[in-house]
Amino acid sequence: MTDNEAAPMKRRAGTGWRLGVDVGGTFTDLLLLDRASGRTHTAKVPSTPKDSSVGVLNGIEKICRTAGIDPHDIAEVMHGTTVATNTVLTLSGALVGLVTTKGYRDTLQIARSYVPGGLGGWVIWNKTAPLAPLEYTIEADERLDAEGNVLVELDEAAIRRDLETLLSSGIEALTVALFNAYVNDVHERRIAEIAREIAPNIPVSTSAAVMPEMYEYERTETTVVNSYVKPVVSTYVSNLEGELKSRMGENVNLRILRSDGGLSSAQAAMDAPVNLLMSGPAGGVSGALWIAKQAKIENLLTFDMGGTSTDVALIQNSVARTRRETRVGDVTVRAPSIDVRTVGAGGGSIAYIPELTKALRVGPQSAGAMPGPAAYQKGGTEPTVTDANVVLGYLPSDAKLGGDMAISRDMAAEAVGKVADALSISVEDAAEGIIRIVNENMVGALRLVSVEQGYDPRDFALIGFGGAGPLHVNALARITQSWPAVVPPGPGVLCAYGDATTRLRNEASQTFVTLVRETSDEEIKARLADLETAAAEEITAEGVGPDEQAVTYQVDIRYKGQGMKLTVNVDKAEFESEGLAGITRRFDAEHEQLFTFALDAEHELVGLRAVVQGAEMSFVNAEGETAGEDASSAKVQPTRLYADGAWQEGFIYDRGKLKPGNKVPGPAIVTEMDSTSVILPGHVGIVDAVGNILIWPADHQNAR
Amino acid sequence: MPATIIEAKPAPFNRVDVDPIMLDIVENALRNARNEMDAVLFRTAMSPGIREQHDAFPMIANHEGKMVVGQFGSFLYGFIAGYEGTIEDGDIFITNDPYSCGGAISHLNDWLMMMPIFHEGRLVSWAAMFGHMTDVGGKVPGSLPTDAKMIYEEGLIVPPTKIYRGGKLAEEILAIMLANTRMPEWNKSDFFAIIAALRLAERRVRENIDRFGVDEYISAMWDMLDRNRAAMSAIIQMIIPEAKDGKKASFEDWIDDDGMGNGPYKIACSLHREGEIAYFDFSESDPQSLSSINFLLNEEMFKMFFGAFTINLFDPQILFNDGFYDLVEVKIPEGCILKPKKPAALSCRTHMLGRIFDLMGGLLGQGAPDALNAAGFSDSPHFMYSGFDKNGEWYQLFQIGFGGVPGRPAGDGPDGHSMWPAFTNVPNEFLEAYFPLRIREYATIPDSGGAGLHRGGNAIVIAYEMLETGEISIHDDRWLTYPWGVNGGEPGQRSTKRLVRTDGTEENLPSKCDRIAVNPGDILYFNTWGGGGWGDPAKRPAETVLLDVKRKLVTVDGARRYGVVIADGAVDEQATETLRAEMAASAKPDGLFNRGFVSIEELKGRCKAETGFEAPRAPVFRKFMKVA
Repeated sequence: MTDNEAAPMKRRAGTGWRLGVDVGGTFTDLLLLDRASGRTHTAKVPSTPKDSSVGVLNGIEKICRTAGIDPHDIAEVMHGTTVATNTVLTLSGALVGLVTTKGYRDTLQIARSYVPGGLGGWVIWNKTAPLAPLEYTIEADERLDAEGNVLVELDEAAIRRDLETLLSSGIEALTVALFNAYVNDVHERRIAEIAREIAPNIPVSTSAAVMPEMYEYERTETTVVNSYVKPVVSTYVSNLEGELKSRMGENVNLRILRSDGGLSSAQAAMDAPVNLLMSGPAGGVSGALWIAKQAKIENLLTFDMGGTSTDVALIQNSVARTRRETRVGDVTVRAPSIDVRTVGAGGGSIAYIPELTKALRVGPQSAGAMPGPAAYQKGGTEPTVTDANVVLGYLPSDAKLGGDMAISRDMAAEAVGKVADALSISVEDAAEGIIRIVNENMVGALRLVSVEQGYDPRDFALIGFGGAGPLHVNALARITQSWPAVVPPGPGVLCAYGDATTRLRNEASQTFVTLVRETSDEEIKARLADLETAAAEEITAEGVGPDEQAVTYQVDIRYKGQGMKLTVNVDKAEFESEGLAGITRRFDAEHEQLFTFALDAEHELVGLRAVVQGAEMSFVNAEGETAGEDASSAKVQPTRLYADGAWQEGFIYDRGKLKPGNKVPGPAIVTEMDSTSVILPGHVGIVDAVGNILIWPADHQNAR
Repeated sequence: MPATIIEAKPAPFNRVDVDPIMLDIVENALRNARNEMDAVLFRTAMSPGIREQHDAFPMIANHEGKMVVGQFGSFLYGFIAGYEGTIEDGDIFITNDPYSCGGAISHLNDWLMMMPIFHEGRLVSWAAMFGHMTDVGGKVPGSLPTDAKMIYEEGLIVPPTKIYRGGKLAEEILAIMLANTRMPEWNKSDFFAIIAALRLAERRVRENIDRFGVDEYISAMWDMLDRNRAAMSAIIQMIIPEAKDGKKASFEDWIDDDGMGNGPYKIACSLHREGEIAYFDFSESDPQSLSSINFLLNEEMFKMFFGAFTINLFDPQILFNDGFYDLVEVKIPEGCILKPKKPAALSCRTHMLGRIFDLMGGLLGQGAPDALNAAGFSDSPHFMYSGFDKNGEWYQLFQIGFGGVPGRPAGDGPDGHSMWPAFTNVPNEFLEAYFPLRIREYATIPDSGGAGLHRGGNAIVIAYEMLETGEISIHDDRWLTYPWGVNGGEPGQRSTKRLVRTDGTEENLPSKCDRIAVNPGDILYFNTWGGGGWGDPAKRPAETVLLDVKRKLVTVDGARRYGVVIADGAVDEQATETLRAEMAASAKPDGLFNRGFVSIEELKGRCKAETGFEAPRAPVFRKFMKVA
């Protein structure tokens, strides 16, 4: 592209300060990283949900002040955002018009005909209306076959006439999603052109550009979601970029974290915002990945527990597992994302007892930020998970929550008393019950990313972060036997950490369905090389030279006739030496691991992908000197906590005073600015060289 | 003689106290295990019926065979009672014979696999799963011949058989089974996918026992069964009135025909309660058919339908199980269409199976307005297409259709959706990529949902253009009787099938037909049926009707059924008021239900004029068959 040659010189990556910014529902977290030394500064400011860039800018002002640096010293701002997610969750996106192929106007209305909820589920289920309303859906007279041949030429006059009406009807974004366009997008592009002629200011998304894959419903839905969040995301990103430039100078680079854990330029984020739906959680996983590398832990499960929901993911060999779909609320899109599973349970989840079955249920209803848990004294009266933690002494009533929220144990006990009365048990046992139920829900999610994928959670460490993760991580690890349980330094700002330490990443893919025997190593090699060139373009444009780029090939493959596909990763050199034979061998092995059997059926390729990443930062996070095992200098006061059915005596520790090498015997509570950790009886927390608390069973060999 | 269970270290389990929290945790652990079974199966199965449409169902039962998690109740009672052999560690059983497991599965296409799970020498649980195989042999591709008169025409019958013995696959038996199908590769992969799901369940059960203790695990399962029983006992008393003066609620519905020119066939059920026991009595149903539309209804499965329907209204999170079975009595006389005698053909039981949904709503709704739904897409109609392509390769498609969910107290019925759990449609791009087909149209049919305060869901039209010479089969219903409306709601639109040949000739195909020869370019319009409406359509807000019209779900003409007059894209308020006043003044059908006809005879009288087909002959029942 000649455009790139003309582009102004950008500041080289690798120098200056990097700023990671994570906008959560309650707080905006910032982390400033000196790329040369690895030094960090953190800040936390209240989020500003109406316009989250206000909170971001407040935070930048605060962090520069406390770090004593000039905003112009910041070269890069890496940002994980939930703007796209919230737009979908709150249904506050654009009014989207849709163009389909003639005969397919109801693609979104019919969806996959699936009714959730098991036998009789249809009795109570109401379907939400499509994000592109049917009254704003038109059909184009055109048709392609499954090989991409044109069967019916596009009736341009008719579509122009219909577009003129549609584009003047009040729609704010347009999706063009035609049948079989994943093999040939000639008509999609033409319709987009016509639409831009008629209404240059209405953004157009075409399905083949957003998701060039088979399955008309999923492709249409994905493209519509892209259109739906596009105006909101564009406004947000461009405003933010403008404000940053006015404070930090024209050369500052704003990069947005994508769902798959990669970074994209501000422009790419605005073009394909559907890739940002998991941007927020991806920051947490990236942060966990970074911390784990420092601690030399290669395999871990991540557990990010917030107020209303919890995200879990799996990292193996220092790589986060990704999948090719993203779910937000009722919406599922085919966009690559870190395989983060979300459970609708967090600190604010409400516990209740259905009259008829007398079962104890926790969530999905949440007290949210308002009225919040009863313990926060903001008007909440229903028993929440947080209240249970307060009753049990896990959240001491003099602990702080990233601010100055006072905690009332009496209010918490009164709320939890409702559950206790309904079950005729003590308040403590009810509270412990609530915690055990919610932990079980979390375990369900952890199983989805581990055992269901063929991984044994006992081979993984478990890292807990987010506001409530460190409270629960020890108990969870006890169920899944994932040791150690890790509480990273600054568990509340780990997402921002992830934002700041993420690598540039871009990928290019194509659907390519063929039997392995009907293609050749040469053909696949050529196709992958083309994809690599396409993917590398943006990375190169960002100032990363070819020698700093890491390339991975991914091949989607299955047995002929199967519905699923597995993604086999190979690096370029491996593919060049082993070819397709290496791919099929790896596929058979992974199939066997996942599903307990392999078949002697034919192999079929489904898709090809090249992933290009920028250079990884390679400095070591320098922490303080190692101290002895004795942690008594960090003791704050004695405390009581309820565990395993009894009150037990322990201590509260100040995390800020813990040193590497210190051992904290459970039961113990460790408090810090924005988080509280629980070390259960029979366990011990050991501070590692980079400041993590690694919790082990007291009789574990690593604890002695 | 029942099966002999061989345990290395037999010992009774001790019932211990399980605190309510632990109980919920075990419940969650089992729920997760079941979800994992599904996930493994759908990812590795090959036939579109299982991998895309999810026609397969898992179950975990306690050591007594009582279902603790699953969908359709236990598959095990009939099997354990009837199997004359041993049940040992490492065994996995397979059967597809409805007659040898009391109808736990209901036609030969369903391969049911059952695995006893042992722990330290004791039987501690069962895992089971069945899946619909695309083909199990027999006289037609797909193994669902409408005109079969005996089950022997429907494929290879596999009585309960150890397909794994002591952990080892009986390869020769599997080879025989695969040699009797037109799609051996699919069946083989689906078979191993089900085995993988069972093995996963086995691992989970053993992990749970290691985690909770064996007596605790077993006791928790008992407690879960008891908890369901207590809940269902309350529900039964809430929604089923006690019989007063011998008066019972009763309801009847029909299958339109048997594919051989006879029909409709009636299923009728009465319901009442005595004390805490609910009695369902199917004695008034028609006797069995000579064709394959018979449905061997397992009494336990019916209980499960009943329970799942009602519990959803009260605690949708509960893990539903068998615990309440002794609170429900189901009477189905032998030789009736719901309990045919062997060797009656069974393959096309799908219509009767689905019709149970409608029957349930009509029956329960009389005592509980919250459970009163209109009639919906109570079926899984089939489209089958097969032949040899230009390269001489065999292709064979089995596809399920979707239609209108009924109007319900909860709201409008979704358009073109499924009333079966887990079912999904097959993406049309997938069909075009893998089969010699072009899908010209895939859309909802305007006005096909019954008018009502809550509109019935619309039917779907699929226009299949054939690209190869081959044969098609269609199995559908509700071409004659209507999906009825309730509470003043109108019936939904009936199903139709139209075949347009390349020479321009058109013919309406019957709702049930096999082996229709097709040529490249022929187009089949497969129109399913809509859901009935719920509540008075004149009470539906005019603006909502206008939106339906703008969405092309209702036409301008169709809006008049709601008493709404639309002109120039807006509601004509005055004309609407007038029309609604006229509607209010005119006579309304009596009663809760609007079936769209006065009597079956009246309906038959207008059959030819309305559908183009002769009315089916009244079924003649023969009683010559004896129990095998």
